[in-house]
Amino acid sequence: MFSLDALPLAASASNLLAAREQMAFTLGFHIVLSCLGVALPATILVANYIGLKKGDEAALELAKRWSKAMAVTFAVGAVTGTVLSFEFGLLWPNFMDRFGAAFGVAFAIEGIFFFLEAIFLAIYIYGWKRLSGWAHFWAGVPMFVTGIGGAFAVVAANAWMNQPQGFTLDAAGKVVDTEPLKVLFNNATGYEVPHMLLAAYMVTGFLVASIYAVGMLKGRRDRLHRLGLLIPLTIGLIATPIQLFVGDTAAREVADHQPAKFAGMECIQETGTHQTEYVGGICTSDGVKAAIPIPDLDSFLVGFSADTKVIGLEDIPVDERPPANTLLHLAFDAMVGIGTALLALGAWMALAWWKKREIPQTPWFLRAVAVSGAGAILALWCGWIVTEVGRQPWIVQGYMRTEEAVTEAGGIWFSFALVLVVYVAIGTIAVKVLRGMSRRWREDGAEPEAEGPYAPPAEAP
Amino acid sequence: MSKADGAAAILWVGATFYALFGGADFGGGFWDLIAGDAERGERPRALIQRSLTPVWEANHVWLIFILVVLWTAFPPAFSAIFSTLYVPIALTALGIVLRGSGFAFRKSLQGLSAQRAAGAAFALSSVLTPFFMGAAVGAIASGNVPADGNGEAFSSWLQPLPLLTGAMFVATGAYLSAVFLVGDARRAGEEDLERYFVRRALAAAGVAGVAAAIGLVELHAEARYVFDRLVAQGLPLVIGSALCGVALLALLLKAGPMGRNPTHDVGNRPIGGWLMRVLAAGAVVAVIWGWGVAQFPYLLPTSLRIDQAAAPDPTLVTVFIVFAVAAVLVLPSLGLLYALSQRDLLESEH
Ligand code: HDD
Ligand code: HEM
Ligand code: HEM
Repeated sequence: MFSLDALPLAASASNLLAAREQMAFTLGFHIVLSCLGVALPATILVANYIGLKKGDEAALELAKRWSKAMAVTFAVGAVTGTVLSFEFGLLWPNFMDRFGAAFGVAFAIEGIFFFLEAIFLAIYIYGWKRLSGWAHFWAGVPMFVTGIGGAFAVVAANAWMNQPQGFTLDAAGKVVDTEPLKVLFNNATGYEVPHMLLAAYMVTGFLVASIYAVGMLKGRRDRLHRLGLLIPLTIGLIATPIQLFVGDTAAREVADHQPAKFAGMECIQETGTHQTEYVGGICTSDGVKAAIPIPDLDSFLVGFSADTKVIGLEDIPVDERPPANTLLHLAFDAMVGIGTALLALGAWMALAWWKKREIPQTPWFLRAVAVSGAGAILALWCGWIVTEVGRQPWIVQGYMRTEEAVTEAGGIWFSFALVLVVYVAIGTIAVKVLRGMSRRWREDGAEPEAEGPYAPPAEAP
Repeated sequence: MSKADGAAAILWVGATFYALFGGADFGGGFWDLIAGDAERGERPRALIQRSLTPVWEANHVWLIFILVVLWTAFPPAFSAIFSTLYVPIALTALGIVLRGSGFAFRKSLQGLSAQRAAGAAFALSSVLTPFFMGAAVGAIASGNVPADGNGEAFSSWLQPLPLLTGAMFVATGAYLSAVFLVGDARRAGEEDLERYFVRRALAAAGVAGVAAAIGLVELHAEARYVFDRLVAQGLPLVIGSALCGVALLALLLKAGPMGRNPTHDVGNRPIGGWLMRVLAAGAVVAVIWGWGVAQFPYLLPTSLRIDQAAAPDPTLVTVFIVFAVAAVLVLPSLGLLYALSQRDLLESEH
């Protein structure tokens, strides 16, 4: 009899590529929403606080609008995050089989934060009308904590994949003992978690600010827009210099502990001192082409001295070298470049504020803010490309190769295609919904009609 | 009880909460789906929307909790299940995405046709998601997931018992939801909707009852190990579930699907609303624990035992700690959310 089980849905050999593409795409989608989940609560609470403390109607209005928008982004973030949890089993069952006992604890902790986040978010979003002002504000504060906690737990899991520790293997490679605290606080947690948290605040801050910058460029310069730009922009700009410092630390740690990744992202072929830093360019096996070389800088950045020895790809076994070196290198440069550009934006703003106590309202400043959100997201994606592609061919650095982890199930290309279609549709609709909300707010002036998903009322709570 | 058994119990606690609250949310989508055209279905849909909006995301986290505990405490079981049942599980994931985003979008989309499309995505996936989830669970109970994973991709779950389990998941959610909505309608003072959902609760109870009866026959045929223990060690729970079901049926009939509602006492205070909910929940809880008892000591009957699949002790202890913290922090917070929501302090409309 014909059996469905015999259907050649896809050749297993190509599963690895399909699974990686699907994982990367779904993560890249989720991470943008989760940044909002991490950092929008604080942004909203700042506006809410200003509104309550100073009786500032515009600030309260902003807090309400942002919380309505968050209801939409949170829902999409929750379902796309759920897909990621399923993908651990659907795409990487062997990885979970072997290491779930070790790095699973991070996710177990994450579960608590997700619960609390979902609960207090609901109370905050739907509590605008009936809860009194300060009670409502305090009901929102746990979201701020849970966003940070949730991000900590997930990123600690990822950090563990980069610097695995806290487990004992038997001869067959099975995890026979674990030290959960060492898993959670592995060597990479210390820089990955703060780097990601700051990235979340940057993405959220610049993204929200860029929406209001576009509005101001269109001539809407009322107080609502100025405040709507000022609050998130300030948050993003405060995070930026700290982020560059943390990123710099991360790079040194990577050079020490994941030399293959570092050599890949800096495109270093030969081991030695006095390494040149290449900005941009194409990475080939005999050096970087079409780049701007800065002699000695790479060694200096790694060890604060041009005499620092940096390992090149020649010393990494061929089958342990990361793929796509040009991509890695350019992704790293783009991240650093965008970070530096955002720092310059902050300097611009600080200077203007110092002189005039006002946001610079010149078109060029507003244009720069208008693209800063997209820039921050791009930097975020680039950072993850560096981390994930740079770790290849390992899924757990030094312990398990990605090809060992992948599923033998059929149909992964098919599922990837389906995911693409569904996510593109959801992304498009989400943007449409958010734009529709903002159009309605504008049309109704300061009196948002009782519409939208949850429609906080216009009057103060 | 060993540590591994303790972790399994935590898994079952998660499954219980998810079945009760997540299940009822799916059921809400089911009633939405069959509520008829825009005009006729408007009021029931609005009630469903109102009761679901503030809580569905929190309820959904129970599913994440189950997944996380499964892959942390019993990694080989997680891996075996996902590498075998990837078809129904992937369809479940698809359903979750469509459902969550459809629900979040439908109120805020402009234009009736767009709203309808989002509403349809929500309602339809509210039925398909629990169905495939149930099919996967049924396949596990039938012993079609080998301990090493990579079992049959289709014939593992395209069997009578798994498919029937899928249907039972849908019916159970619909039943729970209708009973919960009776209370919500009563609180909102919408007597006709109260009767509306009393009728639907009765119908769903009937379907779930019949499905359970056929399920027992199929269980006997396809999952002998589980059947034998269910009618021995699990018997008290089976009887408990049946008693709850019958008692609820009596209450529902008394509430009068047609006539005036006699469950209001003289002061017009509703009586029995909470009792109904507790009985409905009790019937479902008893079945879930009955299933657990019946497949004990196996996680995957009859190829993988709980103790064989368990992670090393420190990991299990961490799961216990997480569970204790969740009990202290999450349960009261959930209680607060439900309390605020039940007292209409959370607004989903105006
Ligand atoms: C707004 C986003 C953003 C900005 C401006 C920067 N980064 Fe970054 N970077 C990230 C967002 C990010 C990230 C997406 O969040 C990553 C991915 C993994 C992680 O922990 O953070 C990351 C990873 C990451 C890594 C890899 C860590 C690893 O593999 O474990 C390095 C070496 C750097 N970054 C270094 C930098 C430097 C030197 C920067 C600027 C001078 C910088 N980043 C700016
Ligand atoms: C806890 C956090 C994370 C875990 C456990 C994780 C896990 C994985 C796994 C299992 C893979 C497939 C194997 C591989 O190709 O490396 C992967 C790939 C990938 N992930 Fe991560 N990831 C995490 C966070 C992220 C995030 C937040 C992003 C952001 C966008 C990301 C970006 C990627 C990319 C780009 C790939 C593809 C790599 C390639 O194609 O070579 N990861 N990740
Ligand atoms: C492979 C990695 C990941 C997995 C498996 C994962 C899983 C999940 C799940 C299951 C949810 C839904 C929880 C709910 O129902 O409320 C979620 C939401 C969320 N995730 Fe992820 N996640 C991953 C990566 C990340 C990363 C790297 C971050 C870090 C910033 C992050 C931050 C969040 C936040 C803040 C939410 C709350 C929902 C939102 O605001 O969108 N996640 N994630």
